[in-house]
Parts: sequence; structure tokens; C-alpha cells
Amino acid sequence: MARNAEKVHRDQRTGKIRKALSVLAFLPLVTFSLVSQTFCPSAFAADRWPGVDETVVEKFASERGREAHEPLINTDQGDLLLFVFLLAGTIGGFAAGYYWRMLLEGKNKVAESAKIKKL
Amino acid sequence: MVKLFTCITLLLVAAPAQAMHISEGILPLPWAVAWYALALPFVALGIRRLNTLAKEDLSFKPLVGLLAAVVFIISCMPVPVPTAGTCSHPCGTGMAAILLGPYVSSLVAAVALLLQALFLSHGGISTWGANIFSMGVIGSLAGYFTFKGLRAMGVPLGLAAFFAGLQADWATYLATSVELASGIRGSEPFLLLLEKILLAFVPTQLPLGILEGAMTAGMVMLLYRKRPDILVKMRVITAGEVQGNG
Repeated sequence: MARNAEKVHRDQRTGKIRKALSVLAFLPLVTFSLVSQTFCPSAFAADRWPGVDETVVEKFASERGREAHEPLINTDQGDLLLFVFLLAGTIGGFAAGYYWRMLLEGKNKVAESAKIKKL
Repeated sequence: MVKLFTCITLLLVAAPAQAMHISEGILPLPWAVAWYALALPFVALGIRRLNTLAKEDLSFKPLVGLLAAVVFIISCMPVPVPTAGTCSHPCGTGMAAILLGPYVSSLVAAVALLLQALFLSHGGISTWGANIFSMGVIGSLAGYFTFKGLRAMGVPLGLAAFFAGLQADWATYLATSVELASGIRGSEPFLLLLEKILLAFVPTQLPLGILEGAMTAGMVMLLYRKRPDILVKMRVITAGEVQGNG
């Protein structure tokens, strides 16, 4: 009984330490984000957070006379791009979750068949 | 508390963003065809390897499905890099190459890149071959051989996976720089232009490579804890290492 109480107490203490460490791990990231957003010039540019496709690939190409063409199916129109990215993320997320579950169910099947073999 | 901090952090770093692949029409036609010719044999090898593995073991299917979804999601997920004030994306091919092998990983990347080029205005059909070659082929090969080399030297699983992810990311952008420099240079010296493009990628890709390394190590270690038997089947680890895991 006393051992169990001690174990529970130890688990609670470990949980608290873990939470504190997780918070400490996030603090540098938060500080880094705040500082860099304040001092990084491109973060305050007219078009904030451009992709490296614009800042590197298309910039170098356009300086040498190669401009990007319109995509075959142009979804980069207004909020349509947001919609297709969200849709793609949702479908991709569901697929990843579905297959992850299948993988874990596979583990249970392996364990069950091992038990049956033992019997 | 942790959730609150996660939310705050995400709110601080989240912003409308774009990412990268070589866009439609950037490469001249002969170069676009050349990159197709170099990339497609690896995709064909990937299809052959996938069929062989699927016949041998049915549990391979969910692993391929999972990694295909993961590669698709993270290779079109723009990550803001505060040090550069720009956005780019991880590739996921290091992780896929470790778990599925470099050929199937190239195939998975090819499918992800095709969907992105068709529906997300991300990359292009004419530059599909070049993007498969840089992200799918070079990224996968760099990740795979880094992982195997480090494991052969006795480096722990998580650390080897971290460096494989890092190398896959950096090698992808090195290959992208080579493709771009060779395609657009005109009469400019190739090496000089390559150096300029590489230096322009550094502020964004240097930290992003580290993030990709951490993601790769996380995924491999998660599978090691949850399904070590699959890692043994895929020859990522030996059966002896699973017993060590307890």
C-alpha cells in the first residue's frame, strides 16, 4: 500500500518535471520568434514570408529572362488556393491517420497470433 | 500548459505563406526533358520494388500509405523560417527512404509532386522530372546512404535518422540549385551561379534541414517503439536490437 502511494507520488513528480521541461523547451522558440519577427527585415516586407520559390528560384530565373508560366490547372486565384491546400491537408491527414491505425492494429494481430501459437 | 504554449508558439510563427519546387516553365525544354529522363528510371524501379514487397508481405501496404501521406503533407507544408523571413518546406524523403528504401521513396515523392503540380499550383508538369530528381531521387539516396553509413559505424538509431533527414533536405536543395543553375545560366559560368543560388538557399534551408532531421528521427523512433517488427522486416534494425528495446 505504502509502496503504491510512493509510486503514485513519484509518477506525479515525474509528470510535473516533464511538463516543466516541455515549457522550457518552448520558451526559446517563442523568444526566437518574437526577436526575429522584430528584427528580420523580410518579415516586415510588403509581401511577408515569401516562399523560396519566389525569393530564390523565380528571382534568379527572372533575372536571366526565364519567367514562371501559369500552372496547367491554376488554383492560385483568390482564396481558391487556401481551399485546395486545406482540402489536401485534410485528405492527407485522414490518410496518414488511417494507415497509422492500420499499422497499430497490425501490431495487435501479431501479438494475438503469437498468443494462439503459444496455446 | 504545454498545449497553451504550443498554441502561442504556432500563433507567433503562423502567417500566410508559400513554399518551393521549381515552378512551371522555369527550365528550358531540353533541360526539362533531360531531368525527366534521369528521374523516370528511378520511379520505374520504385514501382517494381513496391510490387515485389507488396507480394511478400501485406503489412507493407499501410506503411507505404502512411509515408505517402506524410511525404505529400510535409512537402507542401510551408514552414516560416524566422532567421530568413521566408518560407520553405521539408521533403520527407529521408524518412521514406529509411523505411521504404530509396526507390519506393522516389516513387512516393513522384506521386506527391504530381498531385501538387496538378492541384496546388506547386511545382509544374514541365518541371516534374527535375523536382522528382532533386526531391525524390537525390533526397532519398542521400538520406538512405547517410543512414546506412552511420548505422554501419554503430551510430544510435535516432541520431542516424536525424542526420539522414538533414542530409536528405540539404541534398535536395543542392540538387535543385544544380538544376536551376544549369538550366538558366546562359553564358554565365556555371559554378559561379551555382554558388550564388546555394548561398541564397542557406538562410532558409539550414535551419529547415535541422527541423527535417528532428522530424525524421521522431518518426523512426516512434515506429521503433510501436512496431519494431516492421523495422526488422524492412531491415532498418536487426532482431537483436528489438530485444534490447524490451
